[in-house]
Amino acid sequence: MKKYYVDHVATNPLHPDVLTAMMPYFTEEFGNPLSVYAYGMKAKEAIESARGQVAALVNAKPAEIIFTASGAEANNFALRGIALARQNEGKHILVSRMEHHSILNAARFLEKSGFTVTYLPVDKQGFVDPETVKKMITKETTLISVTHASSEVGTIEPIKEIVKIAKDQNISVHTDAVATTGNIPVDMPDLGVDLLSMAAHQFYGPKGAAALVVKQGTRIVPLIYGGIQESGRRAGTENVPAIVGMGKAAELAKAELQGRMDYLRPLRDKIIDVMANVERVYLTGDRNNRLPAHASFCAEYIEGEAMLLLLAAKGIFSASGSACSSKALKASPVLLSMGIPSGLAQGSIVFSLGMGNTPEDIDYVAAEFPAVIKRLREISPYSQGWGDNQEGGSCTVTK
Amino acid sequence: MKFVQDVKPDVTTDIVYMMCPMHLLKLEEQMKELEPGQILEIMTDYDGALEDIPAWCDKTGNEFLGIDETPDFFKFYIRKGTR
Repeated sequence: MKKYYVDHVATNPLHPDVLTAMMPYFTEEFGNPLSVYAYGMKAKEAIESARGQVAALVNAKPAEIIFTASGAEANNFALRGIALARQNEGKHILVSRMEHHSILNAARFLEKSGFTVTYLPVDKQGFVDPETVKKMITKETTLISVTHASSEVGTIEPIKEIVKIAKDQNISVHTDAVATTGNIPVDMPDLGVDLLSMAAHQFYGPKGAAALVVKQGTRIVPLIYGGIQESGRRAGTENVPAIVGMGKAAELAKAELQGRMDYLRPLRDKIIDVMANVERVYLTGDRNNRLPAHASFCAEYIEGEAMLLLLAAKGIFSASGSACSSKALKASPVLLSMGIPSGLAQGSIVFSLGMGNTPEDIDYVAAEFPAVIKRLREISPYSQGWGDNQEGGSCTVTK
Repeated sequence: MKFVQDVKPDVTTDIVYMMCPMHLLKLEEQMKELEPGQILEIMTDYDGALEDIPAWCDKTGNEFLGIDETPDFFKFYIRKGTR
């Protein structure tokens, strides 16, 4: 059976040129970058070259890139590192309710450690309102972390406006740009943020390589102590092949960004247009200001997991809510924070497209999805309603 | 330990929260850039530097002027020697 992979927010296949660039560093170029002899110097040069490529993708300086093993590590590093570095100035941080678990759980850890955390509400499209940010800032606030775009609903957040408010009050701003970097233009100086997280596997690079970009002059307490790798800010022998792969993937993403967006946007729009005509299926997130390859929905009276299983039986691989929520079989906190009723949030489905998808693939998905919905509705005990006349009117598709 | 105040450095390096031995690597790297007689200021929270930096100065012929302590970190002052 042909496989239709439409879960690119979970991860992406490796670009063949990325694999080619990585291969020597698995074999003959195996040196430790800290070694002073030729093997080490070759590895060090490869890392520094990748640092330049990654910096160029987000218009940062090479010295501002700190390589990490994952986007989750970069997020933990940003939150804990800045909170601790600035704790003598204040112990209050703001994070949005749209954040990935690696921000939310790091924030909870900080709460247990004596910090105060305020969770910013979002509207029905998933936007954080900069005016709300302004109201929630206190004299103690040192850090604001708002995702650049949620991988669950695709809404792109008004980071620049939030930065303007924060800068007036000397507050550091971090954005989790894991879902956006390599997929839409991300320009760190233009956004104005002090810290930005990204992950290579979100733009056809390998897993195991990611980065926290830290604006020059920002002090940050390390997350991992040890040696002098990454200028003494993140210890551990570098994953040289993965970092080299991240560099190559970044170079390709920078060169091909516009072409990728132009290719994927119409495919995304086709999925949204088709689904909007399916009874009681609602788009989540903003219709226009969203990731170019991201279409997310909630289907009423149906469980996300059941949709995933039936779609998988037809060779279509998608996601429900976040990857964690998919596994945990629970309503996504992100969807709940947008005011979507928990019953409806259980019926979450995300189609995220990539360069491996053809227009024919999208035609197939668009044809099969309504049939899956119909089949599940037939067997749903709630097909006549929840019993409390609750409607899914909090979502944003106009029928 | 020599304590100093109001030293006017020619170059400042901020390595607060960066791990040991960055204080020695940065020190060596920065001193190469300076002219004899110029003063380097290094900001670090690493207390091992209290021993290491004066010892490094003795060994390399640079003059350790002293430290200025703040609540969160130390400021080290080193004048480049003529060696």
